[in-house]
Amino acid sequence: MLRLPAPVHAQIVGHCLGGLPDEACGLLGGDAPTALVSTCYPTRNLAASAKLYTVDPAQHLRADRDAESRGEQIIGVFHSHTHTDAYPSPTDVAQAPDPAWHYVLVSLRDTHPVLRSYRIVDGRIEEEPVLVDGR
Amino acid sequence: MPVAVRLPTVLRPAAGGSSTVTASGSTVGEVLADLVATYPAMAGQVLTDDGSLHKFVNVYVNDDDVRYLDQLETKVADGDEISILPAVAGG
Repeated sequence: MLRLPAPVHAQIVGHCLGGLPDEACGLLGGDAPTALVSTCYPTRNLAASAKLYTVDPAQHLRADRDAESRGEQIIGVFHSHTHTDAYPSPTDVAQAPDPAWHYVLVSLRDTHPVLRSYRIVDGRIEEEPVLVDGR
Repeated sequence: MPVAVRLPTVLRPAAGGSSTVTASGSTVGEVLADLVATYPAMAGQVLTDDGSLHKFVNVYVNDDDVRYLDQLETKVADGDEISILPAVAGG
């Protein structure tokens, strides 16, 4: 289960909407054992594409250091799909960098954004529940 | 010379769980080669078989991505910190 405080949930979805027409992306900082996300780190999509994303490596380093300074770590990544489901693409699976991470997808295909989270281990995709605090 | 190397979470098990380790060399390439020699479980995850930087990792000297410096030939000095992070991308 991934735990998202409501303001973090709103920040993720807001960053994704703000990135249209391209995909948007960012990193999630928090506590690995409890999967509680404390900080959303919106990043630039260096691919500047509606079909691909690349997290800006310089922003990744800053986010990683910031999380470490809080006694936390980067525990996942989020990105949007502008015209498809909130489900990892073959590219997402092939390039998933860390089996311990949470992979959050936000679909902007329909009127209302749809946010889902997955674990990707050895190429296998498993959806996990997302608990938004305050609901 | 010895420099600090910050490891991404995915490589920490290969270093006994440490988040930062020490490795030696005068260039980034030498430091990474020393790192892999010390922690063989990292082989293939940082450098490719031909010794070049793996495309799925980003390596920094202090604040700078080595791809915008001299890549593996980038010099390191006493007190520098090398960070390794996964390249995060998808579709």
